[in-house]
Order: sequence, then structure tokens, then C-alpha cells
Amino acid sequence: MSLKKLTKDWRAMSYGFLDASAKRELRRKMIKAVAVPGCQMPYASREVPIARGWGTGGLQATLTLLNPRHVVKVIDQGDDDSVNAASIRQFLARVSGAETTLDTLEATLIQSRHRVPEEILREDQILVLQVPNPEPLRPVQPSMAIARQMHADADYGRLWLKLYEEIVRSGRIMQGAEYPALVNGRYVITPSPIPRWDVRKLHMARHLTLLPAGREKRIHAVPPFTRVEPLVFDDVPYKVEDHARVTCSRSGLKGFFMNEIPLDGGGTRYEISDSHLGAKALERAAGEAVRIGETWYKNGEMQ
Amino acid sequence: MITAQMFDAPRLVTQQPLMELSGVSKRYGSVEALRDVSARVYPGEVLGIVGESGSGKSTLLRMMNLEETPDIGDCSLNLPETKGNLFALSRYAARMLRAKKIGIVYQNPHLGLLMHNSSSGNVAERLLIAGERRFYVLREKARDALNASEFPLSRMDAPPIELSGGMQQRVQIAKAIALEPAVLLLDEPTTGLDVSVQALVLDTLKRLQRDRGITMVIVSHDLGVIRTMADRVMVMRRGKVVEEGLVDQVFQDPQHAYTQQLVHAKL
Repeated sequence: MSLKKLTKDWRAMSYGFLDASAKRELRRKMIKAVAVPGCQMPYASREVPIARGWGTGGLQATLTLLNPRHVVKVIDQGDDDSVNAASIRQFLARVSGAETTLDTLEATLIQSRHRVPEEILREDQILVLQVPNPEPLRPVQPSMAIARQMHADADYGRLWLKLYEEIVRSGRIMQGAEYPALVNGRYVITPSPIPRWDVRKLHMARHLTLLPAGREKRIHAVPPFTRVEPLVFDDVPYKVEDHARVTCSRSGLKGFFMNEIPLDGGGTRYEISDSHLGAKALERAAGEAVRIGETWYKNGEMQ
Repeated sequence: MITAQMFDAPRLVTQQPLMELSGVSKRYGSVEALRDVSARVYPGEVLGIVGESGSGKSTLLRMMNLEETPDIGDCSLNLPETKGNLFALSRYAARMLRAKKIGIVYQNPHLGLLMHNSSSGNVAERLLIAGERRFYVLREKARDALNASEFPLSRMDAPPIELSGGMQQRVQIAKAIALEPAVLLLDEPTTGLDVSVQALVLDTLKRLQRDRGITMVIVSHDLGVIRTMADRVMVMRRGKVVEEGLVDQVFQDPQHAYTQQLVHAKL
């Protein structure tokens, strides 16, 4: 028996880039996070070939879950074509052999920066949201040791107070993204900086949502069919962005979350934030047989 | 030691105490902060605690507020929803009991208030901890509590950082009484305020006590404050209660040498 027979051939990297122990740890922490919805689980975030704060947590979770049977979609603020999304997509395909797609319906694994796609996700799909700051109590409690105690005691009075203060000062809740939400009636999460529009999509969703934060080394999850309730006062209703009457200047779609693009002349035009949904609408208008899935919102109203 | 039972004070001794601490001792390293201290607080009374700095009076007050647990000793609150030794409660249960049944006004408003939140928000925070989730009810209750503490309602949304010391103490008082606590604890509430503002704050507290019958425990090293506010007084020294009795009796006829020294120093 030779040494060569006892050892594996040298390879430039492990399958899926991360080493086996890193993936094993992440899988364990994902299971824990799923078992206790909304509870932040610490993990040893590894180095990946992008800068901290650019989606290292999301990338590690995706790399851990990936296998060659997966079809991966990567979006950045709803856009499939941004440099970050394109680079991550290319990297994932290269290290895993998984197929990539731009279509939400075809994807089995979606890594997203700050948006939930407009088409309703299915039970067999996993959404990995990149999270810059997983701690909802950070704006009200600088000590993370005390914040952990507050989570343990479900002591979220200060978060409510923050909302109270916003109404007192501005007449309405000003929190546009990272809107705190109560998961399964127990833990409050910050659902990454997705707009308020998207928070309601997580409520009783069929898909699994993972929210890993690479820089902060924490992961939390929203399992399928779990209650996700934004913190709202009983007598001040939760409001999403008012995009119901806005039309996409490229695809003509209406009633979805839009990107506002300032024009040189001082005006504004809007483009749908889910870029591939817009592309599919254009293809369909051109007479191509394109399948567009059911959407969470219709004419700006949550279904 | 002179106790309340030695005096003819039927209102105090015939009732069940609302709060009772018995045999409380606390040590911080080599420092003995409290040594076998027992205290009873009767419904509707104002109990004053006096003593020099480091005598253990603030530690005792923090124990009454369930912020601290002693090395040995018990605490009970004679309310339908509480039973047994309160020091044995979990952190969460103690916090909820504190939020609903015990109010505290600290000497330093920075300890009791969020200085950059609105004054009404500071009061609302207490209501939020107790589970109130209606914005307009929070607003109304905060307004009522601030009004009761004679805080100008035109400034109810101003942050305490922009207010004078006297106004900050009024916000603390409003926060403490917002849920109509069973006991209101006051830790040197007028220290650091000028004399005229002190008088106004004490007037407010006296009116609240008279109108609402709130049971109060007031800690002060100012004998004038205790004389003005309290029905009974406990004199503490080096972690022990050296004398206890009705205010007039203790101040007119102090029995313990340390109390005599205190009273004469004041005079």
C-alpha cells in the first residue's frame, strides 16, 4: 500500500469551495436556526473570495447547500445583472457545477441581496438573504450581551418604543427597510434590509428563508409556514411602500415594487425591482411563450 | 433598637405590611453593604431611610426594586398576584413584577430615563413593557401620568436631555406612577436640585401620596426631606438599621448615638 493510495489527489479547492468541516458546522447551525425560528445562531464565518459585507454570509450558506442538482439564481436588489450578482453566480457555478438561471420559477436556490422575488416561491425552493446586521436590538441596545438577555426574556419594549418615537416625531413609522418582525410569536428578527413591501412575503411562506450574516457570524431562519408579523401598534396599521399606481417604464408592469430612477431633467421614472420578471413581461409582450408565476402582490395589494 | 411597635401608631402596626424584607445581608467582596436588615413598608405610608453615604440605604432600595439579590434574606409583597420570596423569582419574573408593581425614581435621571427619547416615550416605555400595544392609548396614558407629575404637557415630546433637572425628575415620577405601582421607591429624588425646585418636586410627591395613597419609600441623606415627606423613618449606619420609628419621635427624641449625631448635625 502506497501513500498515494491512502490520500486523495490534490485539488485546488474542496467541492463547493468551503472545506467539509465548515459546511458541516453551517449545516448544523442552519438546522438549529430552523428548529428555533428567528433565533440567532452563532457560527464561525469563513473567509470567502469576496469582501466582508458583500454577502459573505449568504455565499457561505449557498455554498453549503449547493449540489450539482441545484439551479441557482442570484439577485442584488432585485437585479440579476449587477456586477455583484453576476460575479457570485459565476463563482457558484464554477465551484459546484450547479446550473444557474435568471428565472425565479426555475431556481431551487436563490441568493438575494435585500429583495424577495415578486413571484411566489414554492416548497422546494430556498431563499438565502444576505444580512448585514442580524441584530434587531442593536439600534436600541449597544451591548450585545444585554441584547442576548433581552432576546431570552422576549424584552422588545425598546423596539416598540423606537416605533412610538418615529410616529411622535414624523407622524408615521419611518423605518423603510430592516423592519423588525416577530417570528413564530417569539423572537424578533431584522429580516435583512428588504423593504417593508417584502416582509409580508415571509409570513406563512411555503419556502425556507435563511438569513446568514458573514461579518456578524450569525444565522437565523424562517422555516416554511411560519408566522412573520411586523411589529405594529394595534391602532396604527402596517403600511408598505405606495407603489400600487406606479408603472415600470420598461416592461409596463404595474403594482410591484419599483426602483425610482431620477432623470436629468428633474423628473423620475420607475423600473420594476425584480428585473427578470420585467424581462419576462417584455418577452411575453413580444409573443414568446413565457411562464410567469403567481405573484405575492397584485395591483399593489398583497394577495 | 427602637421599633414602630414601641409607639402608639395603630395605623401602621395593625395592618399587614405591603412589603417586607427580613434578615437581608449583602456583601460586595470585603465590604458588608447590608447586615441582617429587616424592613416593613405598610400600605399608604411613606417610609424614609436616612444614613450617611455608604450606609447601605441605596442597596436596600435596589433590593426593594428587585434589581439586586441579597446573599441571604427574603422579600415579600403582600399582593394577590405575588407570593413567596421575591428574591427567588427568575430575572424575567422579577422584571415583569418590577414593571407592573414597583416604580422607582433615581437620584440621577440618566439611570431612569432614555435621555434622547421623548418624555412621553419614556413614560410609554413602561407601559410597553407591561404589554400595551395601542399607540393612542399609550399617548393618552403618558399624557395623564405627566400631567399628574405636574409636567408641562406642551413639552411632553421634548427629550429629557433638553429639560432642567427638576423637569427630568418629573418625567421620572410620571414614568414611575404610569402603571399605578404598589410601591414607589425614591432614591434621593431631590438631590442636586436647587431649593425652590426641590420644594416643587416634594410638593408633587406629597400631592400624589395624598391623592392616590401611593405607598412610598424615600431614601435621602437630607433630614429635611425625610421630615417633610415620611411617616416613619429608618436610620442606617454601616449596613445596619440602628433606629426606626415615627418621624417626629425619632427626630425629637433620638435614642441611638448616631441618630443623635445626625439630628444635631442637621440642627
